[in-house]
Amino acid sequence: MTDLAGGATRARRSFEGVSVGESLPAKTVHVDRARLVQYAGASLDRNPIHWDERFAKHVGLPDVIAHGMFTMGAAITVVTEWVGDAGAVLRYGTRFTKPVVVPYETGADVQFSGTVTAVDETARQATVEITATCGPDKVLGRAAAVVQLA
Amino acid sequence: MPVNPEFAGRVYPPSAPYGVSAAKIKEFAEAVGATDPAHTDRAAAQARGYRDVIAPPTFAVLVAQRAEMEFIFDPEAGVDFSRVVHGEETFIHHRPMTAGDEIVGVLTVDSVKAAGGHTMIVTRTELSAGEEPVCTALSTIVVRGGE
Repeated sequence: MTDLAGGATRARRSFEGVSVGESLPAKTVHVDRARLVQYAGASLDRNPIHWDERFAKHVGLPDVIAHGMFTMGAAITVVTEWVGDAGAVLRYGTRFTKPVVVPYETGADVQFSGTVTAVDETARQATVEITATCGPDKVLGRAAAVVQLA
Repeated sequence: MPVNPEFAGRVYPPSAPYGVSAAKIKEFAEAVGATDPAHTDRAAAQARGYRDVIAPPTFAVLVAQRAEMEFIFDPEAGVDFSRVVHGEETFIHHRPMTAGDEIVGVLTVDSVKAAGGHTMIVTRTELSAGEEPVCTALSTIVVRGGE
C-alpha cells in the first residue's frame, strides 16, 4: 500500500494558497546526445537533425539541436511537479523561438522556471507562464499552461 | 512547388486508431524527465481516479503527428518537408490520455498563409477515443522559402 500512500502525498495542489506572482521551483535540465536519442525513440520523431551532427551541419545548423517538443515536454514538468498531478494540465502551448544547440563535448543546460500569472476563482484554475533559457537564449516563447487545481 | 493555398479548410479522413500503451507512456515520461507516479504506477493513477496510467501533457504529439503527416506528405499539398520548421504547438486536454485508449485523429488544415517568403500553416487535430474528445492539438509549421 506504500504506492497508494505515496500517491496520496502527491495530491493535487489546492486553489487556496495559490496567488498571482507565485514562483514555481525552478529546475535545470542537462541535455546530451543520449537524451536526444532517447526522446527520438520515445516520441517517434527520428529527424536526424536531432542526433546526427554531420547531417545537422549539412542542412546549415551549427550542430545537433534538441527537439522543440523535447524542450516543451521537459518544461511542463516544472508545472506538473508543482501542481502534483500531470492530469491537471488543461491547456499548454508554446512558440519555438530558438533551438537548443547540443554540442557533443558539453551538451547543453536548459533552465526552466514558472510564475503564476492569473487565477480563476470560479473554475479553481491557474495560468502559469514558463520561461526556458539556454545560455543567453529564450528557447520557448509565450509558454503557458492552464491547470485545474483542487 | 509552393504550398497549395487551396488546402486551407481541408479536413482529412480519420487516422488509423493508435493504441496508447502503459509501456509507451513510461518510455515517453522517462525521456522528458516526468516523474509523476501516475505515468508509471497503475495503483497511484487509480488512487487519483484515473482508469490506468496517464500520459504526460505533450505525449499527444505522438498521436497528432501521425495525422499531420497525412497532410505534410500529401503530394498535392506541396509541402517540402526538408524546409519545415515547427513554429508553435498547443494542446487543449479534454481529459488525460490514458493507457488503453484507442485514439483516432481528425486533421483540419486551419490556415495557409504566405509571410515574407515563408508559408505558415496551422493545423488542428481532434483526438478522440470513440465518441469521447480527449485532446485538441494545434500546430503551426513554417515552410521556409527557397533562397
